[in-house]
Amino acid sequence: MPKITYRSPDGTDTVVDVASPGTVMRGAKLNNVVGIEAQCGGSAQCGTCHVYVDEANTLPLPPMHEVEDDVLYGTASPRRETSRLSCQLPVTDAMDGLVVHLPEAQS
Amino acid sequence: MAAPSVVVVGAGQGGTETAAALRGRGFSGRITLVGAEDALPYQRPPLSKGYLTGGTPADELPLRPRSFFAAQDIELVTGTPVTAIDPDGMRISLAQGGGRRVSLRYDHLVLATGARPRVLPVPGASLAGVHTLGDQRDALALRAELRPGAHLLVVGGGFVGLELASTARLLGLEVTVVEAAARVMGRSASAALAEHLTAGHRAHGARVLTRREVVALRGDDTGRVRVAELDGGERVPADVVVMGVGVLPRTGLAADAGLPVGDGVLVDRTLRAGDPAVHAIGDCARFPSPHAGRPLRLESVQNASDQARCVAADICGAPEPYTAVPWFWTEQCGLRVQIAGSTAGHDRTVVSGDVAGGRFSVFCFAGERLVGVESVNRPADHMITRRLLAEGGAALPSAAEVSHPDFDLRKHRRARQPQ
Ligand SMILES: Cc1cc2nc3c(=O)[nH]c(=O)nc-3n(C[C@H](O)[C@H](O)[C@H](O)COP(=O)(O)OP(=O)(O)OC[C@H]3O[C@@H](n4cnc5c(N)ncnc54)[C@H](O)[C@@H]3O)c2cc1C
Ligand code: FES
Repeated sequence: MPKITYRSPDGTDTVVDVASPGTVMRGAKLNNVVGIEAQCGGSAQCGTCHVYVDEANTLPLPPMHEVEDDVLYGTASPRRETSRLSCQLPVTDAMDGLVVHLPEAQS
Repeated sequence: MAAPSVVVVGAGQGGTETAAALRGRGFSGRITLVGAEDALPYQRPPLSKGYLTGGTPADELPLRPRSFFAAQDIELVTGTPVTAIDPDGMRISLAQGGGRRVSLRYDHLVLATGARPRVLPVPGASLAGVHTLGDQRDALALRAELRPGAHLLVVGGGFVGLELASTARLLGLEVTVVEAAARVMGRSASAALAEHLTAGHRAHGARVLTRREVVALRGDDTGRVRVAELDGGERVPADVVVMGVGVLPRTGLAADAGLPVGDGVLVDRTLRAGDPAVHAIGDCARFPSPHAGRPLRLESVQNASDQARCVAADICGAPEPYTAVPWFWTEQCGLRVQIAGSTAGHDRTVVSGDVAGGRFSVFCFAGERLVGVESVNRPADHMITRRLLAEGGAALPSAAEVSHPDFDLRKHRRARQPQ
């Protein structure tokens, strides 16, 4: 199973084996990773599953569609170049080793 | 001293999030989550949407997998209603059976019992084929009856009824919605949004009747509903009927225990229910809302889960008043509708965007103050509004600003961003 690392703002890492098919969001919920709320359950409505993909990331991620882009305009922590909604990142074997940084606040 | 123990009554959205948030904050005492339903705690929003069409498979309903509760050391007791609270002895009683424990002691009790659908007291309400939609069992029963070509009558044009109408059209049913008030989503939506939604449902092939009431349901000789009678005498074919006429908060346990209730368990700013050891959250709680300026009871995932986190913080010794900005979403006829803020008291609206193209927002004002925004297929407006309402005051746009043809909420925020 692909391993995803969730890095909290204080630098603590939680490394999770995420079953595929699944999403980076579900991997966090499964393991009670603090900092992913995901109120809407993954339907790109809430923006409370916001993550920053690690700057050094070279793994293949799906392109951002328009709704995701729109939702990212109002996240609780500032939007950056690397911002994504973790519910819109399906986990595939090719994503093994992905590191995402958790924002300071989600809501 | 032994670590404190928390009992959560109601294993739905709010209850499950409370247990998870306590552990997330490092709470090390005992946590027991007691639910009346047999299923793993699950999400309700798909029940009127993808779960009925099969678009959301059953295994995506649970809020967390079973392994989560064991891993987090949360004792999950399902299929066991709590029958009484003894606030003086700090104990709850559980429905008996099978040699199970009959009572549990708590240091903190969280009531997250939700709400149950109302049933309209009309003749024929108990005929076969007449449903309400509040939980997964209801959804399963309903799903078995939504056959292409059948006539569905939805009593009530609230969000659950309208979502269902939209889903049933996708499944090929003939749909009639009967709403007693002058417009659909009367409690929560502006006239502009209600009008757009009504038009959307009609374009989708549903019949939407407003200012009309169902006065009786009539069955055939097998005891199954066939026809609805409306005021004025019209008869509408109805092989399946769903009553979407609102919900009643489950307050019985609290009332019997002498806790204050009144269309909801009455709680203070930190969501305590008249007893320092008891909190109430979610659909069953009425709380003082700084956004509405009065006590509110909200039926939304946002409210249940934000209140869960607020209570977990209080139990962990970091009380904060509950001030989250309310927000809500619904999906109907392919429209993403999102409401931010507390729009009920608005007296003026300004519509911004492309109404004909189905991408617009309705800005709701009370006097000069922006109180909320309803967005149709405009998620950025919704998200930015949530932030602006949270920041409050000076950041909010005026009605004059919003009325300008070039108004763009993204630009507005960039210009006002607190740096
Ligand atoms: C069909 C449907 C669609 C919805 N769609 C949306 C949507 O799109 N967006 C949105 O924001 N919200 C939506 N909602 C509302 C949202 O699901 C609720 O607001 C939310 O679930 C409330 O959480 P809660 O914890 O207060 O109650 P619930 O999630 O309802 O959980 C309460 C639980 O308590 C249990 N219980 C009750 N009494 C007892 C007892 N005595 N002992 C033990 N257990 C007990 C119940 O069995 C239930 O499982 C929808 C609701 C429904 C029914
Ligand atoms: S879970 Fe709501 S936007 Fe991702």
